[in-house]
Amino acid sequence: MAQVSIRKVVKAYDGGVQAVKGIDLEIADHEFVVLVGPSGCGKSTTLRMIAGLEEITGGEIAIGGTVVNDIPPRDRDIAMVFQNYALYPHMSVYENMAFGLTLRKFPKEEIRKRVENAARILDITPLLDRKPKALSGGQRQRVAMGRAIVRDPKVFLFDEPLSNLDAKLRVQMRTEIKKVHQTVKTTTVYVTHDQVEAMTLADRVVVMNHGIIEQVGPPQELYHHPKTRFVAGFIGSPAMNFIPARVENGSGALRVTLPNNITVPVPESRTARYQGAAGRDMLFGIRPEHLTEVKNLDRDNIAVFELTPEVIEPMGMETLVHLWLQGAEVCCRIDPTTPAEPGRPMQFAADLNHMHLIDPESGKVL
Amino acid sequence: MSTSGATRDLPGIYAKAGSLSSERRWALWVAYISLIFSAIIFLAPPVYMFITSLKTSAEVANLQGNPWLVRNPTLENYTAILTNPTFLTFFWNSAKITVMVVAITMVISTLAAFALARMRFWGSQALATGVFLTYLIPETLLFIPLYQIVGGLGLLNSSWGLVVVYPTLTVPFCTWIMIGYFASIPKELDEAALIDGASWSQMLLKIFIPVAMPGIIAATIFAFTVSWAAFVYPTAFVTTPDEMPLTIGVVSQLVRADTFAWGQIMAGALLAALPPVIVYAFLMDYYIAGLTAGATKG
Repeated sequence: MAQVSIRKVVKAYDGGVQAVKGIDLEIADHEFVVLVGPSGCGKSTTLRMIAGLEEITGGEIAIGGTVVNDIPPRDRDIAMVFQNYALYPHMSVYENMAFGLTLRKFPKEEIRKRVENAARILDITPLLDRKPKALSGGQRQRVAMGRAIVRDPKVFLFDEPLSNLDAKLRVQMRTEIKKVHQTVKTTTVYVTHDQVEAMTLADRVVVMNHGIIEQVGPPQELYHHPKTRFVAGFIGSPAMNFIPARVENGSGALRVTLPNNITVPVPESRTARYQGAAGRDMLFGIRPEHLTEVKNLDRDNIAVFELTPEVIEPMGMETLVHLWLQGAEVCCRIDPTTPAEPGRPMQFAADLNHMHLIDPESGKVL
Repeated sequence: MSTSGATRDLPGIYAKAGSLSSERRWALWVAYISLIFSAIIFLAPPVYMFITSLKTSAEVANLQGNPWLVRNPTLENYTAILTNPTFLTFFWNSAKITVMVVAITMVISTLAAFALARMRFWGSQALATGVFLTYLIPETLLFIPLYQIVGGLGLLNSSWGLVVVYPTLTVPFCTWIMIGYFASIPKELDEAALIDGASWSQMLLKIFIPVAMPGIIAATIFAFTVSWAAFVYPTAFVTTPDEMPLTIGVVSQLVRADTFAWGQIMAGALLAALPPVIVYAFLMDYYIAGLTAGATKG
């Protein structure tokens, strides 16, 4: 097991297109790090550079303190799980898992012990004699993980391993992966485009966009303290609302004016931070769960105003209310027992303790 | 309410289903008629060969009566052929040449296809197309320059000369089939093997060859057929009976001046066709899977 260091790593393709634009990242021993971002953000390329499947154009990658830029994949002591499983179709599950060890000339007895142990961890012992085509998607994914576990490598690399599974199985396998990591504790780099997967699995989430790292941090930190508009909008489902707003200084206190002449006061604790934005157009960011029906008015910094719901989506444990303010879609999360009807104005409460102000030009969260 | 009542309530759906099935019936009729027609055309020559092989020379020469019927069936042509040491030499030559050619072809084209399909190098795409284009040049044009080459190697009138020459026909097409098959194998499979610790040669031997077995069998059958049935090259390069393969041996040695031993020629040709028939019968499914794999999976 080992730490992974990524220093100023660049990946450029012929023609000058840069997929990764000089990123820095330190991954600690035993850590589970998830690279997340939209398609083409460079997350898979970064993972493949760690694996040695893509050449590094600039910078360096070190695994366990050794720079691996010029070391072929097989000598990097890593194991990788692919989106399409990449099981060898002509080999049984046992042979698939044993393949890497056989090539490395491990004694037969040791191979058997390791495969059986991994099979036990993943609950696939009864499948060891089957061929991959006789397995379901979830079982194949387990075998692919088993193939990684038996090698006992320094680092596990996962490239969107759950994307080929149906929704229910994905949730189940997600838990499984977390459980396996808690058991074997191998340093793990996991790539996904699904922010829920990132949030649930990661010790630290790395949000990437256009070949750069937008923010690195534990899931809760990214959720509550995003540094950029991209991170604020990418993490969380439904996404954070961004409402055009103007910050004004009035009678000693800061105010934010939203469309429909809605004015909310900036909480005192944030006045200093937002002072510089006075007199400027900003984006008011607030998550749907902080824009609810009126309740708990005894708390500080709750602003109440009237809005007209346009679309109501009952989800069971909650109801989502959608409406549009000056072209910006706004989503509110209300209690399913609260009566709401499209077209009938109702009172909403915004919890300003969780508000954000975003500079629309730089995209930075203040 | 009964099920039939419910059926009567839904005439639209059933009318549509009826028209679909009548379309299907038409398609089947057309398919059957064209298949029967082609089967007759393609089966008529071998059937006629078989009938003739059961006739005596006198009966073949007799123009009276229906040539498709045998009046006095006899196996004397087969006995004559199978006890004729020259025929057995032809058979042995064909077998020897074919085994060698298939082996050489498969080694060259597997390695070439693996390199062209997987090891990205400058010009690999152009090279792959070039390999296929060489297959399009007809052998009737190639045998003249090849005659000089084979002559230069001192292999004229030798079955070894054919072993050298046949791969020019088999390697390009087999390589092409295998490139298609190898290309249909997901890239992640080699990446997984690379990470598992395989070298390129281990990847080829332990992953690509087993996974691409249907393609390899298709290519093998092709090389076998081409080599077994080659006619132009042996006609051009081999002149003495002890070096001849079956294809030219049967037609050249069983004709004495103007006398055609038709019964024996037909018996010999049928026996010569037996090995490919057996090979195809056993490996037909692989052959089809191999030829279509690149197209459907790629």
